[in-house]
Amino acid sequence: MNISSEAFVLGCSAIGAGLALIAGIGPGVGQGYAAGQGAAAVGRNPGAKGDIMSTMLLGQAVAETTGLYGLVIGLILLYANPLFAKL
Amino acid sequence: MGMIQAPMLAAASGNDVDFMVHGLIPLNFFGHKVWITTTHVTTLIVMLFIMALALIARRSIMKDYEKPSGLANAVELVVEMLDKLVKSTMGKHWKPFANYIGSIMFFIFIANTSGLFGLRAPTADYGTTLSLALITFVMIQYSAFKTRKFRMFTDLFQPIPVLFPVNVIGEFATPVSLSLRLFGNIMAGTIMLSLWYGLLPIFAKLGLPAFLHVYFDLFSGAIQTFVFAMLTMTFIADKRNA
Repeated sequence: MNISSEAFVLGCSAIGAGLALIAGIGPGVGQGYAAGQGAAAVGRNPGAKGDIMSTMLLGQAVAETTGLYGLVIGLILLYANPLFAKL
Repeated sequence: MGMIQAPMLAAASGNDVDFMVHGLIPLNFFGHKVWITTTHVTTLIVMLFIMALALIARRSIMKDYEKPSGLANAVELVVEMLDKLVKSTMGKHWKPFANYIGSIMFFIFIANTSGLFGLRAPTADYGTTLSLALITFVMIQYSAFKTRKFRMFTDLFQPIPVLFPVNVIGEFATPVSLSLRLFGNIMAGTIMLSLWYGLLPIFAKLGLPAFLHVYFDLFSGAIQTFVFAMLTMTFIADKRNA
């Protein structure tokens, strides 16, 4: 079976993009844990809801960064593939 | 993205899936070809919108200076909320930064929600978010220099000198993570919506995308605006109050 090198790079890039998005597991678990702890904190001290909310959102946004690195790598592999320049 | 354009994968599967930045007018700049892109145009539209909003608000404030009414009250409310937020996050050095935080919050929020009006959000271009993050980076380093003077450089060797490379990478990772966070979120929303509009049959495009717009443009846009401003304030206050 003959596969052209472009098709091979394209296919492997698509698989790589899919694998890169496995990075989404970590932020999912982390954000869920933060939200759970936030809910518990509001239950314990309903008066501090505003502070808890903003702290929780900030922490979740920072935790999200690792997942976004995976997303950006996936996007680069699909739409601005640097490997094509090396063919 | 200024890299080599690979053949677009999505173009092969759908009929008109399109969410890339397009060049409109080529310019010759010292022998390099640079493009006026859709991002420039949408940024200009956002800027004009904010300017119009500011002028209308100014007129309303000037008109009813004695007893404010209508829009003047709303603007006052927004400014007061902003001042309170900046004050509670940044501590005693909040005053010079309130204007900057207000400006970037307005710009990022209106840029993020411009997807609602059929524009391609300017913040879905890495150039926009990176420049916003670089402004923050310069402000962080300037604040560090202002409080720590030349101890700022010896701080990089704390707590043990071996950690110097890690500390330097940590300083430069701040703008990268700040810009990629905003870019990734808005770009993900742009891609999702253009896939929905490009690949599904006509009856799925009526009504249903409204929910996607509410989540990806409004909710995600507002959260990312808040997060960008909060992180900017936290980083600056960290160096400023050190």
